Order: sequence, then structure tokens, then C-alpha cells
Amino acid sequence: MDNNKNWIDQRFPLTKVWNEHLAEYYTPRNFNFWYFFGSLAMLVLVIQIVSGIFLAMHYKPDAALAFASVEYIMRDVDWGWLIRYIHSTGASAFFIVIYLHMYRGLLYGSYKAPRELIWVIGMVLYIALMAEAFMGYVLPWGQMSYWGAKVIINLFGSFPIVGELILEFILGDYAVGDPVLNRFFSLHVIAIPLILVILVFMHIVALHTVGSNNPDGVEIKQNKDKNGIPKDGIPFHPYYSVKDIMGVVVFLMIFSSIVFFAPAMNGYFLEAPNYIEANPLKTPDHIAPLWYLTPFYSVLRAIPPMFGSQLPGVLAMFAALLILIALPWLDRSKVKSIRYRSWPYKVALGIFVVSFIILGWLGMQAVTPLYSLMAQIFTGLYFAFFILMPWFTSIGKTKPVPERTTEH
Amino acid sequence: MKTLLNTTLSAMAAMVISFNASASGAGVHLEAAKTDITDQASLQRGATSFMNNCSGCHSIELMRYNRIAKDLNISEADMANNLMFNADKTGSPIFSSMPEDGAKEWFGTTPPDLSLTGIARGTDWIYTYLKGFYADETRPYGVNNHVLENAAMPDILWKSKQDKTEKEFNREVRDITNFLDYVAEPVKLIRYEIGVKVLGFLFILFILSYLLKQEYWKDVKYGKWRAKD
Repeated sequence: MDNNKNWIDQRFPLTKVWNEHLAEYYTPRNFNFWYFFGSLAMLVLVIQIVSGIFLAMHYKPDAALAFASVEYIMRDVDWGWLIRYIHSTGASAFFIVIYLHMYRGLLYGSYKAPRELIWVIGMVLYIALMAEAFMGYVLPWGQMSYWGAKVIINLFGSFPIVGELILEFILGDYAVGDPVLNRFFSLHVIAIPLILVILVFMHIVALHTVGSNNPDGVEIKQNKDKNGIPKDGIPFHPYYSVKDIMGVVVFLMIFSSIVFFAPAMNGYFLEAPNYIEANPLKTPDHIAPLWYLTPFYSVLRAIPPMFGSQLPGVLAMFAALLILIALPWLDRSKVKSIRYRSWPYKVALGIFVVSFIILGWLGMQAVTPLYSLMAQIFTGLYFAFFILMPWFTSIGKTKPVPERTTEH
Repeated sequence: MKTLLNTTLSAMAAMVISFNASASGAGVHLEAAKTDITDQASLQRGATSFMNNCSGCHSIELMRYNRIAKDLNISEADMANNLMFNADKTGSPIFSSMPEDGAKEWFGTTPPDLSLTGIARGTDWIYTYLKGFYADETRPYGVNNHVLENAAMPDILWKSKQDKTEKEFNREVRDITNFLDYVAEPVKLIRYEIGVKVLGFLFILFILSYLLKQEYWKDVKYGKWRAKD
């Protein structure tokens, strides 16, 4: 065995990689509940790739055949229904896990120096994931697939001068149709998954270069013993690998409960109108994207058209997404963790989370004057969180940060 | 920590409220269908009713005769002899007996395929719709519908409504609704059962993974990785 390892190690850094990233990668000992979601996000990515491979074996990316091919998977392919429900549940699960993962970053200031690049790479991942989910949702070619695609793609037409050109470039046609379906299939199964995998790799490489943050926001590398091992660190493997396995099992229990008992999640994961085949001549009463995109859809609708153009709303929507990237440089606080932050930050974070959720809810509703007003107010609060951040993170009294991690 | 909990809890509360609020829809009041997909007798009666009353005009072409026979415990011979009007082989998809050009001419529209109506419209809609016909002389078939205004469909169940007691009629409509719910998602019959087994397996795995974690983490609490100084 040792001989074999030797032979490989001379040709490929197997032992070195294993030690650097697992067996001798020292992780803060005080991770709590919120630290399960990084590894769970990777698990969901794997679930989506594996289930996606099998779906692609039976799915037909053709406007005339797509809808029926999905039902063929549901009825005639052995265990096809299970694979499809795993994939559709996985899409929503991915966003639940990612939103909790990002919220953890906000709670403990994980985006602050020296981890800015981890946050930036993560945000690019998040945007790529949104594109991946949106394109995947078009593939079943139901009414919501079709009209959702139409609404979102048409946004690009609102850019002045080049709008028409961009539209034509995306559509490969003058309307949503077979070319869009075919190219979205290609992007959904090859291009974006490849980008996702590369970005996840970069995300982890960046993380392992600086080391993990923790609920106390203490840099464990500043306190090392004589062997150079952080005093508050424990090897990732086996301690966090066995802990994450436990997290994985709990996650799978919740995941399976949805897959087997409520795969549609009452219309939140699979919308009923999407069980009607796409019909370009029949506009549904109410078009809404799936829940994970609705906060940004709300921002889009909150901004009224100006000079007969949707452009301001579109720009606001992209701004709402891109402003997240600036977070590390907007936060001026000296402490990372919410445990030691001043009260203005805690209040602001609470308002921000509530605003984001309400925007998400509003994005699913039909527009009424009251809802429009609410969307405008909460869009304002959403942006205020970022614009006012340099101010409210520099006022108020922070608590002293301990030298070492604390036990809870 | 308290603020953190509060933030998290308030966020979750807002989520629950929003989920409940958006569950209610607008439009016509729909009666609860109260169908039970595990009631095999109801599904069998529903299949019979459907084949006799509906399949003349409506296809359920995502479904095959032999799949229904297998799932609902009907022998293929019974299926072929009594319920198969529009096909020769039990493996065929269930098409309607109406030619498409004829449908356009006779009804003004092609009767929709009902394979997925159980999900797209929902069981309450189907149930209320089938019971929702009322006399209206201005319509070609002398009937209109509360749920779907100016529906092109005649009240196909009128004779049942006339001959049966209200309770019996409701049961017949419920059976058809139940059958269409099954047709929209045949695996609904088995996925609950498999789900229980999967969760049972995961539960045992959880206990083992929990014990494994506790065993290793002794090192962190009392052993070589105990916090020093």
C-alpha cells in the first residue's frame, strides 16, 4: 500500500492534496448549525448533475416533443418520475441552501477581509446558478416555461439601440420558440454546469488559502501552537467530515419528504399551469417566476416605466443583484460576527432579511396598487441596506471580540 | 445570539405568513372534491365512468390502457372487453373516438386532452365544473357552466343527475375526479409508500451518523483536540 502511494505521489500530489485540504486543513472548532450549508450546496450540485445526466438521456429538446418527453419520463421511463422529482426538488433545494449559506456570511461577516474574493466568487456562482435555474425551467415547455422565458428574455430588449439586436441574438428568431429551447438545453446541460463546477473549485481554493471564518469572527491562524497548528483549529477530516455526514442525512430526510410526499410543494416548486403545454396564443392569467427569482422580479416591477421604456426597472433589477458583490467594501465595521456587532447593524440586517422575503412574496402576486407601493418601499429598504452600510457599520458601540473562539 | 435568533425567527414567521396568504386564489368558489387516491374501488368506478361518458370526446393520451389495468387491479381481459372502445391493443395510449376535423365542426373546438387536468386545473375545479352545469337556452346545448363560462361541452352527466340521488351523483362525479387525479400523476399511487421506506432507512442512518459524530467529537471535548490554555 505504501509503495503504491509512493508511486502515485511521485507522479501526482495525492497525499499532499489530501492533507492540505482535508486531513491537515485546520478548521475552527466552534462551527454551528449555519456551517452545514456549504457542504450541502456541493451535495445538491452533485445531485443535480447526476439526476440531470439521466434526465438528458430521455428528454427531447424540441418544441414539438419536449412537453410530451417530460411526461414520458414521468410515466414510461423506469424510475423516471423519481429522477425528475429529485431534479425539480433539487433546483429549489439548491436555492434554499444557498440563501442560508449567504445569510451565514452576513451573520458572521465572512465576506470581510481577508475573504473578499471568496464572497465575490460566491456571488458570481449565485448569478450563474440563477441563469442555470431559469434555463432549466424553460425546458419542460409548459405554459409557465414559455411565458416566463418570454418575459425574462424580453427584458434584454429594453436596452436602447442594441436591445433589438440582443433579443434576436438570444432568441435566434423573432419570438420564443424552438431555437431558444434548443440553445437553453445546451447551455443548461453543458456550459453553465461547467462554469458552476469551475467556480465551486475556485471558491474552495480561495477558502482554503485564507481558512474558514467562524461564529466568533476570530482569526484562528493568529493563535498557533509550537507546531504551527492553530490552537482553536481541528482537522477538517475526520471531525467535520463526520459532522457533515450527519448534516447530509438530515438534509436528505427533508429532501426525501418533499420528493415523495409533496414534490410540487403546493405550487412553489412545480407550478400547476406548467402542466399545460406551451401555447404562444394563450397568455396565462398570471405569470410569475419560481420563488427563488421573485425578489428580483419584484424590484423590476417596482420601478415604473420611464419615457415609455422598461429600462429603469431592468437596470434596478441587475443593480439589486450586482450590489451584493460590493458588500465587503461597504462594511466598515471593525468586527465580523453579529455576536459583537453594534445594534444598528443588527437592526439593519433584520430589516434587510424581512425586505428580501417580502419582495419575494410580492413577486409571486398579481400587481395591485397596494402591492406596487409595498414593492417600492421594500425595494427602497433593500438598496438602503447597502447604500447606508458604510454609515451604520461605523456607528454604535461594538462588543470586544475575544482572542480565542468561545464554546457554546 | 438572542438578536440572531430573533432575526431568524421573524424571517421565518414572515415566510409562513406569505405562504399561507398566497395559497388562496381568486375567482369562482370551488367545492372541495375530497377525493382519495388510495380508494381503489373509487378509482375503478371512475375509470368505468370516464370510459363510458368522457372518452368519446376526450383523450387521455399520456396514459395507456394496460397501465390503468395494472395500477387499478383490473384484468387486462376485462379492460379490453369492457372499457377499451378506441383501440385494439391494451398497450395503446387512450385516444378519443372523435376525429379532429369533426370536433371542430360539431363543437367549435377540439375537446382538450385530460391527461394532466388533475394537476393543471386541480381536483376541486374538475369536481365543481362537472357539477356546475345549468340550463341556458342561449347556448347550443342548452346548458352553461358556472365554473367555465360558455363551455362548449354539453352536460354529459345529465342523465345521472336526473336518475340518481344527490349523494350517488356526487359520488360518481367524485370518482371521475379521483380517476383524473390518478391519471395526471400515476406514481402518486406508489410514491407515498416508497417515501415511508426511504425515510425509515434515513432515520436509521441518522442514528448511526449521529453516534459516529459523537464518537469522533469526544476528541474535541475531552481528547487530543481539547482547547488548551
